[in-house]
Amino acid sequence: MVDVIVFIISASVILGGAIGVIFNPNPVHAALSLIATFFGVAILFVLQEVHFLALVQVVVYGGAVVVLFLFVIMLLGVEEIERFDEEPIEGQRIAALGGSLILLGVILAGLFLSGPGGEDGAVAITGQAAQMVPLTNETDVVQLANDLFTRHVFAFEATGLLLTIATVGAVVLVKNRGAEDLVVDEPGTSVR
Amino acid sequence: MEVTTTWYLVLSAVLFSLGAFGLLVRRNPLVMFMCVELMLNAVNISFVAFSRSLQDLAGQTAVFFVLVVAAAEVVVGLSIVVSLLRRNPSATVDDFAEMKG
Repeated sequence: MVDVIVFIISASVILGGAIGVIFNPNPVHAALSLIATFFGVAILFVLQEVHFLALVQVVVYGGAVVVLFLFVIMLLGVEEIERFDEEPIEGQRIAALGGSLILLGVILAGLFLSGPGGEDGAVAITGQAAQMVPLTNETDVVQLANDLFTRHVFAFEATGLLLTIATVGAVVLVKNRGAEDLVVDEPGTSVR
Repeated sequence: MEVTTTWYLVLSAVLFSLGAFGLLVRRNPLVMFMCVELMLNAVNISFVAFSRSLQDLAGQTAVFFVLVVAAAEVVVGLSIVVSLLRRNPSATVDDFAEMKG
């Protein structure tokens, strides 16, 4: 019974945060709503006894990613209010709403037509897992570490390389190439 | 009453659709990035729910890699946004059409 209450509270925090991200005209407020969503997801992870991923969720998403967003917003001074009353492409919002409702309907149909819990449908779509890694009684950190450093060690090294490339790429992209880059272009003028 | 896998999957589907809707509707590139993060989190919820219900660790490993790749994606994406917005701080994604050609 307790887990039902926890689920309902964290689900409403998640969805409220998501709605806040979408409907807040101010990007700073949107970033703060994003924190609510990330924390709600972390609570759901704790509820499923996946404690390490909950920790990483809070540290990486709630910490690093949101701080990065806020840093960029403040650095550029783009915390201006987006105007919702003008619609640049006519009928775009209705089309977006319809498209996402269709997406939701397709996912839910696949979920509920496939049997209880969606497990049968998942297996029907993806096929049986080639090599299952069964959960054991050890803590989830130990299990995850064993899996990462034995079966996925090459992928783990590749993500290290990916992060290095991303860091170098960010420095190259943002590096100031000279004073003329700081000139604010008018929209529509040519850009190198 | 008990929280089943279906609850998590329905929540994940709703969160994914909300993120997709925000990505299509908003014009501020930073907020569009946040909506992509919402969609990634929705997928993480269903990964963990399947990992628990199928008793398979692979779902949790997948969440770990999604986290790492999302962090790298945010770094590169935000640096592109920074270099674009430095020219014109009030730019929306519509103005980025000037990148072509």
